[in-house]
Amino acid sequence: MHELTLAQIARGLADKTFSSEELTGALLARIAEHDGRLNSFISVTAERALAQARAADARRASGETGALLGAPVAHKDLFCTHGVRTTCASRMLENFEAPYNATVVEKLDAAGMVTLGKTNMDEFAMGSASENSHFGPVKNPWNLEHVPGGSSGGSAAAVAARLLPASTGTDTGGSIRQPAAFTNLTGLKPTYGRVSRWGMIAYASSLDQGGPLARTAEDCALLLQGMAGFDPKDSTSIDEPVPDFSAGLNTSLEGLSIGVPKEYFSPGLDPRIGDAVQATVAELQKLGARVVDISLPNLGHAIPAYYVIAPAEASSNLSRFDGVRFGYRCEHPADLTDLYKRSRGEGFGAEVQRRIMVGTYALSAGYYDAYYVKAQQVRRLIKNDFMAAFEQVDVILGPTTPNPAWKIGAKSADPVAAYLEDFYTITANMAGLPGLSMPAGFVDGLPVGVQLLAPYFQEGRLLNVAHRYQQVTDWHRRSPEGF
Amino acid sequence: MQWEVVIGLEIHTQLATQSKIFSGSATTFGSEPNTQASLVDLGMPGVLPVLNAEAVRMAVMFGLAVGAHIGQRNVFARKNYFYPDLPKGYQISQMDHPVVGKGYLDITLEDGTIKRVGITRAHLEEDAGKSLHEDFNGATGIDLNRAGTPLLEIVSEPDMRSAKEAVAYVKAIHALVRYLGICDGNMAEGSLRCDCNVSVRPKGQAEFGTRCEIKNVNSFRFIERAINHEVQRQIELIEDGGRVVQETRLYDPNKDVTRSMRSKEEANDYRYFPDPDLLPVVIEDAFIEQVRSALPELPPQKVERFQRQYGLSPYDAAVLAASREQADYFEAVAAIGGDAKLAANWVMVELGSLLNKLGIDIDQAPVSAELLGGMLLRIRDNTLSGKLAKMVFEAMAAGEGNADQVIEAKGLKQVTDSGAIETLLDEVLAANTQQVEQYRAADEAKRAKMFGFFVGQAMKASKGKANPGQVNEWLKRKLEG
Repeated sequence: MHELTLAQIARGLADKTFSSEELTGALLARIAEHDGRLNSFISVTAERALAQARAADARRASGETGALLGAPVAHKDLFCTHGVRTTCASRMLENFEAPYNATVVEKLDAAGMVTLGKTNMDEFAMGSASENSHFGPVKNPWNLEHVPGGSSGGSAAAVAARLLPASTGTDTGGSIRQPAAFTNLTGLKPTYGRVSRWGMIAYASSLDQGGPLARTAEDCALLLQGMAGFDPKDSTSIDEPVPDFSAGLNTSLEGLSIGVPKEYFSPGLDPRIGDAVQATVAELQKLGARVVDISLPNLGHAIPAYYVIAPAEASSNLSRFDGVRFGYRCEHPADLTDLYKRSRGEGFGAEVQRRIMVGTYALSAGYYDAYYVKAQQVRRLIKNDFMAAFEQVDVILGPTTPNPAWKIGAKSADPVAAYLEDFYTITANMAGLPGLSMPAGFVDGLPVGVQLLAPYFQEGRLLNVAHRYQQVTDWHRRSPEGF
Repeated sequence: MQWEVVIGLEIHTQLATQSKIFSGSATTFGSEPNTQASLVDLGMPGVLPVLNAEAVRMAVMFGLAVGAHIGQRNVFARKNYFYPDLPKGYQISQMDHPVVGKGYLDITLEDGTIKRVGITRAHLEEDAGKSLHEDFNGATGIDLNRAGTPLLEIVSEPDMRSAKEAVAYVKAIHALVRYLGICDGNMAEGSLRCDCNVSVRPKGQAEFGTRCEIKNVNSFRFIERAINHEVQRQIELIEDGGRVVQETRLYDPNKDVTRSMRSKEEANDYRYFPDPDLLPVVIEDAFIEQVRSALPELPPQKVERFQRQYGLSPYDAAVLAASREQADYFEAVAAIGGDAKLAANWVMVELGSLLNKLGIDIDQAPVSAELLGGMLLRIRDNTLSGKLAKMVFEAMAAGEGNADQVIEAKGLKQVTDSGAIETLLDEVLAANTQQVEQYRAADEAKRAKMFGFFVGQAMKASKGKANPGQVNEWLKRKLEG
């Protein structure tokens, strides 16, 4: 039962081949059996899940239908869930229970999804390996000595290990697409503003976007359908009609133009991943697509600009964690300053503190113009590059990551080395564009992904290309040994 | 040495919106602590702000009323600092792109001259909560009811040259925001608060002296006193060979002193940057024109109209137009009573002193405009003399009904029957034969002085009810005829 995709589950529930309660029970048992090796969950909410499953079965019995009704999901532990703690994988929020639901949670609950738990991640979504967690690192099911990517590493590892079919993640610089690539999943970062950020604890507000992780593009379409939509509670949410993502999956790729930026094939790219990219291009050409060489001239400025903007916003977003109203408070503060310093010093991990300091510095008087303003200018240039490219092509294709998943701890001593791994993913966040990573092969037994980018609100096009590709390839069907 | 005082003011006005600037919570003052604080006001993880359009409309109203440029592209910025009553660790404010740009306000000084005070800018921001230091056994309580209340911070140019000018400016702003209906102006509840930037320089010197900012002064009287004390402190400091240090000071009204709060060196680096949770707000011309066409009549136009329409003196017109409530009251009385000058006098003198005595505002006046206007009708048809009218006014203030009811109940009808007045005067003259003889023997100057005696006796005999005009006329005839 655990091998079923979301689409297969929808059919099984509709045909009454199994009930949501049976499915939920089976997956909870699987989590209990296997997650000790992965550490992909921070909270498993078994009783709530079974209650939700019974409620979904009752709704279905009374005639209700819906692809997500009774289907299981898990939320990255930065989506606020009323009644279940939301930790952001931080000591700061170890015992924090939000008094409300995130819009994404609210929508998926309303659709009848069954929440199995909250998944592990990099603390406050800061990291690319899910190593920076107060609850310990997440392991990659393809090789337990390797990282699953991050920051949505728990969501990715759990789905890859067939503990459940799909999960929610968030992507600020690649945090859905990179773990999807590292664990052989399909992951989609929607257009900025497509999915509400209400109740999604912010890392960098202008870059954060929630999205689905699943084993197939078809499943991503189903889950995104439940997540997307305008939300008046989020001023950056965009009032744009949400298309039926599943309806366009099979559209022919005949005549589709795929841009491959020459800057993508830089010395930092593992050539074996470069080969996987070329093989994917060849496969898509067989499906009728044509390839266009394009250029994104400002790509090289993206990482430094990103690592100014994201920490700058984070330094302000995380100010509310001050030990006064909620979250961790230090013991016996001597005075107010001591309360602030020790609560934050003891409550936040090293990477979070590093980014808060970098961001605070970048916004300081005398440095603001040189760092923050300049980074925003770079951001504009990067966006312009994409606008120019999409004048020529329908989608842009390239590697998701320069290298496959590294060994746990390998980059801990050198944060900048880890930052450089975000080279291919962060530009979509800088420009607000939708991006998708899909399985495209293996290097040293570890999965690698190919990334597709599309113009604003063209998530459907990304899902269409990925789905057609998945009809003629089977990378995405491979499952890790031992799970 | 002759010193010149230079003052610039930052006035924080709480906008009278129903809900907060970035959340749906109510803004009512005085509720139980933390009962008007939503998830957004509490700065819960994951929450997001949504701008209240009404706050923008009110800010645009103010901008148009001070002849300012309205910023078409509005950007909200985060002002970052830690404080327990600032839940998010930043205040959402405006920095580079405020809603109201350069404008001005004309103020009337005590000697009647008009002075133009420049307004640098006015921007929207959210208020913080309150720290409560009492009743918590040495700990501090936090009340976040006020957190997120919309503020319009109005920044003036350093155009004022005395504490009195500063107060006149604050009063003019106070009147204006109340005219516009965008702020209740309740200073005791903190709806209008003032930061005063004060410096001194030798008369004739072009550069400004070093300034100090006095934070959060919240009454007209305290503004004047705080500035005067600060001016004195700075002059004494300089004259003793010292130097003014740029700093923020607090005024203590109990001790009547200002004391240092923090120096420039200790000042926060607020790390302003555009709030990524809020998109820039573009104010379209059509919206501005719509607000402009809905603007109420403002003080300068009203003063001008009162002179033109009612023939009032500039002084009377200015006094009556000082608040919208008083102006409306006056106009209602004038409309009912049919005599604007008479109405102006009664509103300014009798009603004014009554309100003063009771310490209340005109909107709580115990005599309504309808009652007062009705009484003026009885003055104009000679039912009441001025003196009787005052008695009727007092009775109306005491809740004894309208003018006609009081006149009826107390028998205060003025005697205008000439036969009755003649009889009365004959009795008065007969009772004072000696004075009558003295009067008739006296010269013109002495007669003028003695005439009042007979009027007084006659009014006394009539218990004040005799028509004074008729008494005068008949007395003159009888004494000299």
